[in-house]
Amino acid sequence: MKEIAVIIFSAIFVENFVLSKFLGICPFLGVSKKTETALGMSGAVIFVMTISSAFTWLVREFLLKPLNAEYLSTIAFVFVIASLVQFVEIVLKKILPALYKALGIYLPLITTNCAVLGVTLLNSQRNNGFLTSVIYGLGAGLGFTLALIIFSGVRERVERSDIPEAFKGLPITLVAAALVSVAFMGFQGFFQK
Amino acid sequence: MKSREIFLNGLIKENPSFRMVLGMCPTLAVTTSAINGLGMGMATTFVLIGSNIAISLLRNIIPERVRIPCFITIIAGFVTIVQQLLKAFVPSIDNALGIFIPLIVVNCIILARAEMFASKNTVYKSIIDALGMGAGFCAALILMGGFRELLGNGTVFGFDVFGGKIEPALIMILPPGGFLAFGLILAAINSLSGIKISQKEICKGCSMKCNSCISGSKG
Repeated sequence: MKEIAVIIFSAIFVENFVLSKFLGICPFLGVSKKTETALGMSGAVIFVMTISSAFTWLVREFLLKPLNAEYLSTIAFVFVIASLVQFVEIVLKKILPALYKALGIYLPLITTNCAVLGVTLLNSQRNNGFLTSVIYGLGAGLGFTLALIIFSGVRERVERSDIPEAFKGLPITLVAAALVSVAFMGFQGFFQK
Repeated sequence: MKSREIFLNGLIKENPSFRMVLGMCPTLAVTTSAINGLGMGMATTFVLIGSNIAISLLRNIIPERVRIPCFITIIAGFVTIVQQLLKAFVPSIDNALGIFIPLIVVNCIILARAEMFASKNTVYKSIIDALGMGAGFCAALILMGGFRELLGNGTVFGFDVFGGKIEPALIMILPPGGFLAFGLILAAINSLSGIKISQKEICKGCSMKCNSCISGSKG
């Protein structure tokens, strides 16, 4: 139980995917303008990260390792994520139309989201077990959500400030992201092993 | 378009990092030193050249509706080649870049060039385009890496610049420094060139219909 908590909390705070690993910067800057879209995107990311962590573990353990083809893991994982996203889209549409309506438009974007491919690659690099992989995927998704929500709040304040002409738009957003990232550095060394 | 124009278009006018703001994740993550930036830039350029050639050759064969999965498969193949080559010949770069080498697959620059250029142009033009875009990406990564290394470590390409007279600010090679350096460089380019980056223009030329490049970028 304690181990699970440590994995989740370190994935959320200590090695936050967006702010300390630079994975998923794309949606982080793209959809953080409004809190509502930020929530929709985060929901989809948490969902896809968790299930793709599980499925890529299965593929690695029962397909790539027996065939001694671990060097193909990049191609295999991209395929797993892409087909999984398609599959989830179809299933959600049929079974949970309400959830599909909320997450639907974000799902296709996730295929090329480096945070999702990143979490599966990190799982395979660290040789995580099945449970650890799934929990790490969940924690990484939650960390992504936290960063996105905090940052959408920061951005709303920035929008209303008087900014020098050259900094308007993306540059000031990046400087604000730097400050949020400094805040997250405070969590470093939170868990001593 | 003449080949010189195509090349300069990638290097300056539509510089993938500073003008189009594509491929942000590696631009921010691996640029802790100029040499890492160069390594990442070269690896990405290699994949870009390979995928542009392959996609341009196959452009009349790949069916329109399944083109994105086809492109991603081709790109993933070239990424795997780079991964194996780096592991075998320059393990130090492979260690420094870590999972950002396999993540070249989802680097939007490569998919964007496949979609916007290689699938519509001849092989020769596609190679020039890949070289231009690759050179632009390399230049951007070296600039970012050099800037961060200079301020964060007091060196450029490993050579001591300040001679120990100025204490370097370690934060610049830590994660927040990546965001800060990129924000400052973008602002400097904006004020020097006087042209604002218009994301809507970029999405017009792309048929991905995701609009995720507007006011943001893709990693």
